[in-house]
Amino acid sequence: MNRRIASIASNTFREAVRDRVLYNLIAFALLMSGAAILVGQISIDIERLVVINLGLTAVSLFGIVIAIFIGIGLVSKEIEKRTLYTVLSRPVRRWEFIVGKFFGLAGTLVVNTFFMAIGVFAALLYVSHRFQRSDGWLLVALYFIVLEFLIITALALLFSSFSSPLLSAVFAFSLFVIGSFAEDLRGFAGLTHGITRWLATGAAYLVPNFSALNVISSVAHDQPVSGQLIAYNSAYALVYAAMALSGAVLIFERRDLK
Amino acid sequence: MSGLRRITVIASAVLLISLVASVVLLRRVDEVRSGATLEEVLYISSPKLLKRLSLGYSGLLADIYWTRAVQYFGSKHHVGAERYDLLAPLLEITTGLDPHLTVAYEYGSSFLAARPPNGAGMPQRAVQLEEFGIRNNRDDWKLYYELGFIYYMELKDYKAAAEAFARGSRIPNAHPWLKLLAARMAERAGDVRTAQMMWATTFNSTTDKSIRANAAAHLRALQVDDDVTNLETLVERYRQQTGHLPGSFSDLISAGFLRGVPVDPLGRPYKLGGDGHVEVRDPDDLPFIQKGMPPGYVPPKAPKFLPSD
Repeated sequence: MNRRIASIASNTFREAVRDRVLYNLIAFALLMSGAAILVGQISIDIERLVVINLGLTAVSLFGIVIAIFIGIGLVSKEIEKRTLYTVLSRPVRRWEFIVGKFFGLAGTLVVNTFFMAIGVFAALLYVSHRFQRSDGWLLVALYFIVLEFLIITALALLFSSFSSPLLSAVFAFSLFVIGSFAEDLRGFAGLTHGITRWLATGAAYLVPNFSALNVISSVAHDQPVSGQLIAYNSAYALVYAAMALSGAVLIFERRDLK
Repeated sequence: MSGLRRITVIASAVLLISLVASVVLLRRVDEVRSGATLEEVLYISSPKLLKRLSLGYSGLLADIYWTRAVQYFGSKHHVGAERYDLLAPLLEITTGLDPHLTVAYEYGSSFLAARPPNGAGMPQRAVQLEEFGIRNNRDDWKLYYELGFIYYMELKDYKAAAEAFARGSRIPNAHPWLKLLAARMAERAGDVRTAQMMWATTFNSTTDKSIRANAAAHLRALQVDDDVTNLETLVERYRQQTGHLPGSFSDLISAGFLRGVPVDPLGRPYKLGGDGHVEVRDPDDLPFIQKGMPPGYVPPKAPKFLPSD
């Protein structure tokens, strides 16, 4: 990574920390400890299942909310505060600014996920009293959640490069919901005919495929995740994030900032 | 090349390459995960719980589950599968989420009831599904008709079929044939004419192309079975009269048994074998026939449907 991108990324990370983004960890810790204590008292034999499902879902949702609400402000806030002009008056290209912002927020989310993962494993240890071999699949589920964050961060940046923060949040959140049903969408497209089929298939392939990245249910049931899926999902998330970032760069390069 | 232009070209190239690569990778992911989504959705198999989790959007969720059921059935049927383990739970969740989604009873029960590879071979689950549908949609005569149809065709329980048709005939605006069917069940339940009447009702009461094609194929098959029986009776009568089997249909025409070469429902002439058996020319085009098949004929796994109209 070039030095200018690294500087923007580290500043973005510091800014997120200053904005008390990591305070969500307190809410997460309360949720996990509460769930771990409560579930042992009110249910039979599903403590482990509940902790995994609740924990990983919370990691995913907390991260998605952060990715969207921080991501949409990354560009607009800099314009609003006029700090963007200071940055761009230095030898920093616009594309470097976008890419740096992406890595900064992605880094914030990775750190955040790391601490939340510790919370999930601690709660799991509390209810199960020991780890088992299949708990290793939780790491895969967490890795897929980070891949989700990369895609949603890139999308939030894409929308914020041309739209207002409110609309960007709406677009990004809508795409997250639609993307969670991506496999169903492709199924629906397969049932149509003629031009509708072409249009529906095109749209179904264009939206991000979050359904394949969500393996929370299967790891909660101790089901392994294939190596092939890990490889394809990794490549897909990187390629999709690259696609959204390229779009953001193309728009931002032409944007009139006066 | 100016800086802006260079960045535009590079970013556009990255965008296009990423777009193509994402589609290719998505197809690979789909190959790896084939069937995974459906198994995952059934981790929660309670319609009541799903209804609560849907936060009031149970109609939309029911539509999604119904589409999943159709996709599941279609993909299994396409490969001539013998087992359809997820079909019944998918249909039960669908109708549990939206008990008024009558299309799920109409099609779902026929998917469930028919014997493999044409369906899941679970007529009792199909009956349960229809009964649930009737409890929630008492004024829909089609549900009673489908219930009677399953009892008649798959379970051969003519008394229960008659009852279902009789219950349906009492619904306002019910198809007038329901009364007739109820009466026929009591009189001549097992004969070909009754079966023809049932399939004709199905053919005439639906606008769906696949159901019409299925009904038309069954009607053609019943016609073939009837024709072959009649023609082989004529062959036997010819043999009794002349002491030998006819060499072709011309012999039967010359002897006054037939007016012309008989044709199947698709307009293709029947074949007369040397042993006096009557056969159809293209059995693949006439799925569900019980008679008139060439010796050693193995029907394709998935029946071939011809346009019904």
